[in-house]
Amino acid sequence: MNTKNKGGKGDILLEMRDIVIDGFSDDRWHPIIKGIDLTLRRGEIMGLIGESGAGKSTLGLASMGFARPGCKITRGSIVFDGKDLMKASEAEKRELRGSRIAYVAQSAAASFNPAHKLLEQTIEAAVRHGISTEQEARADARKLFAELQLPDPNNIGDRYPHQVSGGQLQRVMTAMAMSSRPDLIIFDEPTTALDVTTQVEVLASMRQIVEHFHTAAIYITHDLAVVAQMADVIKVLRYGETVENADTRTMLSHPEKEYTKSLWSVRSIEKAEEESEDIILKTEGVDAGYGGGIKVLDNVSIEVPRGHTVAVVGESGSGKSTAARVITGLLPQSKGQVLFNGKALPPALKDRSTEQLKKIQMIYQSADTAMNPRHTVRDIIGRPLEFYLGLKGKALDKRLLELLELIELDETFVDRLPAEMSGGQKQRVCIARALAAEPDLIICDEVTSALDQIVQKGILSLLLRLQKELGITYIFITHDIATVKAISDQIVVMYQGGVVEQGMKSEILAPPYPDYTQLLLSSVPEMDPDWLTGLLKERNQG
Amino acid sequence: MHPVITTVLQRLALGLLTLFVVSLIIFSSIEFLPGDFGEAILGQAALPETVAAFRKELGLDLPLHERYLEWVGGVITGDLGNSFSGRGSSGGADRSRPVIDLIAPRLGNTLFLAGMAAIIAVPLALFLGITAALYRGSIYDRVVNALTLTTISFPEFFVAYILILFFSSFFKVFPSLANIDPSADFWERVYLSALPAITLTLVIVAHMMRMTRAAIINLMASPYIEMADLKGVSKSKIIIYHALPNAWAPIVNVIAFNLAYLVVGVVVVEVVFVYPGVGQLMVDAVTTRDVPVVQACALIFAITYIMLNLFADIISIITNPRLLHPR
Repeated sequence: MNTKNKGGKGDILLEMRDIVIDGFSDDRWHPIIKGIDLTLRRGEIMGLIGESGAGKSTLGLASMGFARPGCKITRGSIVFDGKDLMKASEAEKRELRGSRIAYVAQSAAASFNPAHKLLEQTIEAAVRHGISTEQEARADARKLFAELQLPDPNNIGDRYPHQVSGGQLQRVMTAMAMSSRPDLIIFDEPTTALDVTTQVEVLASMRQIVEHFHTAAIYITHDLAVVAQMADVIKVLRYGETVENADTRTMLSHPEKEYTKSLWSVRSIEKAEEESEDIILKTEGVDAGYGGGIKVLDNVSIEVPRGHTVAVVGESGSGKSTAARVITGLLPQSKGQVLFNGKALPPALKDRSTEQLKKIQMIYQSADTAMNPRHTVRDIIGRPLEFYLGLKGKALDKRLLELLELIELDETFVDRLPAEMSGGQKQRVCIARALAAEPDLIICDEVTSALDQIVQKGILSLLLRLQKELGITYIFITHDIATVKAISDQIVVMYQGGVVEQGMKSEILAPPYPDYTQLLLSSVPEMDPDWLTGLLKERNQG
Repeated sequence: MHPVITTVLQRLALGLLTLFVVSLIIFSSIEFLPGDFGEAILGQAALPETVAAFRKELGLDLPLHERYLEWVGGVITGDLGNSFSGRGSSGGADRSRPVIDLIAPRLGNTLFLAGMAAIIAVPLALFLGITAALYRGSIYDRVVNALTLTTISFPEFFVAYILILFFSSFFKVFPSLANIDPSADFWERVYLSALPAITLTLVIVAHMMRMTRAAIINLMASPYIEMADLKGVSKSKIIIYHALPNAWAPIVNVIAFNLAYLVVGVVVVEVVFVYPGVGQLMVDAVTTRDVPVVQACALIFAITYIMLNLFADIISIITNPRLLHPR
């Protein structure tokens, strides 16, 4: 293996000055990045944080001299290890990419070519750039797999991307980036798509390998607690401009700007729990599965008190969403029953009366796919008003405006299409659509997990206010413990299709925990730069 | 058993079932055609008794299902029956020939021409499609697109006559008639079939080229292509190594469709070049109401379509790693 002279720690590796990047949308170019400076030293890890649309990924890719289709770098200088990438030819930049600067993408599942084995893709850059021979690269990749704690490191490379899990793929991608021993790795939200329990393991192995090879990194994320574990310095971005720069500890303890403080304080909502004996919905010993007889739910019994919130938590694949599908009737259960207001609901959707359907509504994770892109807000919210309540004409318009007011949007939104609204506004419209039916129970399936922290806070406060005003009951499906703290009265912990625990929030979130709850809770990153180190030490001892 | 083998066997069974249904449709639709062979041969003035006797001789008086079973039984054992034509209306010597003898040489010719066109057209279309995707938006891309669209937009006979005009009249490179006879050797056949093969190439290349280009470009927006770009892989290697392996399914389907067309849809080209293929044979047989020949041709065409589609399905399956290497 050819080891390059890395230079000493502290030398400037990447220097970006006054970067302006334009993006093309709505038939014109407008700036996405508006004059950002960035300096990264050898071996240093910089956290780049901000809401979506802040320009984090665009800036990260620009450090490789790369702009996505529809974007162009219009001004500024990018000097990587003495070489000005703005003046470099396409071939010169290609020579750097994958050899001295590597990229780790957000969605590992989409970023691996489905047609080739993992090992071939891992060594591709190192071999194509002539950094090592195929044999050397293969042997080295196996070592990297082992170092990243992948199972069966000698053979996992012979698998295809669809044959390994998301967390494993993300680690293979880190090995792929590391294969040519780059000076700089861009991590673009590498753990956002992972469960909390998987995220911890991936974070730990990424941090370890970056430290081991003394590689500089830019770590892009919107999760502050994650960046606190990884970064030496943090840069906060908003609307394509720098808000502030500082080293991690200073940034966490003494943020200067209002915006940074607001980012830090998002996880501050906390709802006081209330007990209640009035049960609105109850599932009794429900089993369910998808064709082929694989059981996804096993003997699930949940009680939901009226006017309160039950949070259902667990990692993906634990059966949270399947439980919601059974309650709404989308997936008839194979055993057990669902009682609503004391009466059994027919398992299949088609056997339920309009009145029964009206009483249980659902809000989905992705507002984009849950709305018809060609329907205006009037069509979207008007449809349930007409279908369930028979409203027409003036009465419908009046109710429509009342609902918009309820979700804190003004009347100018009536004729907008989904594409003309932000993520948070779209989710609000979805909430109004559920409210239009005047339901007793709303099932919220990960409704905030696709949103930024600040927008999340807005949506959660709205849901809490609506509960107080209208007495609606929520079943809140989520894997985010901060959300659970913010909104729930009771918690149901699910694991592998079964209920591990159910109880009041204060009981579940306080020791003693069953093993799985312990793992889940301890895996949620905290806003403390030493959290990951501490956790790993604790787990190794235990 | 490997799931791919299971799937392939399922497709094969489905293909046989389709073939059975098609045979029913062929048989019954010919049955419901107006007019009959007896009257067509003997003329309108023939005495009803003569017609009846003639029908009896040909077995046309038997019930429908019996005749179907007899026909299918014959097909399975390789006997396609005897042609109606050549039977003496005067009750003289039976000069009719077995259908198989009529069709076999014609089918050989058709497959030869189809094969020749395919050998030129498929690699050409893939090459043009891949390079057009590589230089998307360039002059080259536009010229290739415009040219192939032009050739597909003209009727086949027009393309054929233009080629004859240039390559037989102005420059005497190839003959204008492709009336090959069984005694011709291989290279003579190639020489004689050149113009029809080029005509067919021009007709089918556009489809395949455009699908290749579109399938690759469609994949170029995938995150794994961006990843390859960020690994410093060159554009041509990205297309060959990262895009093409994932693009085979749609491309192969269009290729199969066009190959089937080369076998079953080339009657116009055969007529223009007086090429003795199956298409012309079938048209002649329809005019003379030579039912066994029509049925045999229709069945061959059906088999061609079913086999080529089956082949395309199998390629689609084995180029999909999710199916080839299940979890």
